[in-house]
Amino acid sequence: MARIIVSTSGKGGVGKTTTSAAFGTGLALRGHKTVIVDFDVGLRNLDLVMGCERRVVYDFVEVIQEKVPVHQALIRDKRVENLSVLAASQTRDKDALTPEGVERVLTALAEQFDYIVCDSPAGIERGAQLAMYFADDALVVTNPEVSSVRDSDRILGLLESRTRRAERNEERVRQHLVIARYDPVRVEKGEMLAVDQIQEMLAVPLLGVIPESQAVLAASNAGTPVILQDSADAGRAYDDIVARYLGEERPMRFVTAERGLLRRLFGSRA
Amino acid sequence: MRLFDLIRPSRKANSADIAKERLQIVIAHQRTERAGARPAYFANLQRDLLEVVRRYVPVGDDAVQIDVGRQNDCDILELNITLPEHTRS
Repeated sequence: MARIIVSTSGKGGVGKTTTSAAFGTGLALRGHKTVIVDFDVGLRNLDLVMGCERRVVYDFVEVIQEKVPVHQALIRDKRVENLSVLAASQTRDKDALTPEGVERVLTALAEQFDYIVCDSPAGIERGAQLAMYFADDALVVTNPEVSSVRDSDRILGLLESRTRRAERNEERVRQHLVIARYDPVRVEKGEMLAVDQIQEMLAVPLLGVIPESQAVLAASNAGTPVILQDSADAGRAYDDIVARYLGEERPMRFVTAERGLLRRLFGSRA
Repeated sequence: MRLFDLIRPSRKANSADIAKERLQIVIAHQRTERAGARPAYFANLQRDLLEVVRRYVPVGDDAVQIDVGRQNDCDILELNITLPEHTRS
């Protein structure tokens, strides 16, 4: 049975697509057949972050409308074996997604993949609801910032009521908190919400913390999922996340400020 | 006290704590509303309860208030029936 994972957040710009790309790539790197599906119809971006924007021939909507079979629309990653991308349509809007159509495509994908990563659009409307509807797991991507935390809580509410699992009264969607753009130095100064504060408020198990990192922009500039950059802190943080998701135990990294000489001299008042 | 503490300006209110306080309030509010996402039978239950109460006491349309909340692992049905003053003997 394929597992369906949605990367979602409510708020835009918090790192959903970065997370989908890195997480999906990480699963494939570990030998799992993985497809990442862009649900952001009309505003597709996953193709850019994955660096396959020039290879999009057919898209998700055309598959839903049965213009082409799903295998024809899949873009196989050139760097990582077992990894494919299904791009969103850029010219349509989110009404082109229907529950029946999405279900049919996901069912077809489930036959050939172990993991289906659904990259949700921002917001809580149709696109976002369809991205989460069939999910088994949810990566709730949150920034340490008030509007993002509130939106994440909203999304948690939808995950508990507006999913197939909720409607069928099955075991609920497994929720995983991913805190992105975290800056431990600012946390120590009391300028930013801390991991435990966010976790206490949202009450969702923490899967990992992605530090605020220049590597993320550099990676998207280049069209490389950040997890492929071993030297990048954010890349290693995503590797931890994939490992933990698959059941490995890894200590949390990037949650405390590194103590350089300057910081020791000036001290911290945290 | 460290050397540089002497020349740094005094500490401002910790903005992360302010953020947390504000968020706790909005999230608590969101979650109450969510818990109040009422089951389908809710309206009927409320109507029937009102009918039963009216068999014994004449009350207004809003005399029966019901609510569903969560406590630990249990759903709790809260029932509030307001009787008019003059019915007490």
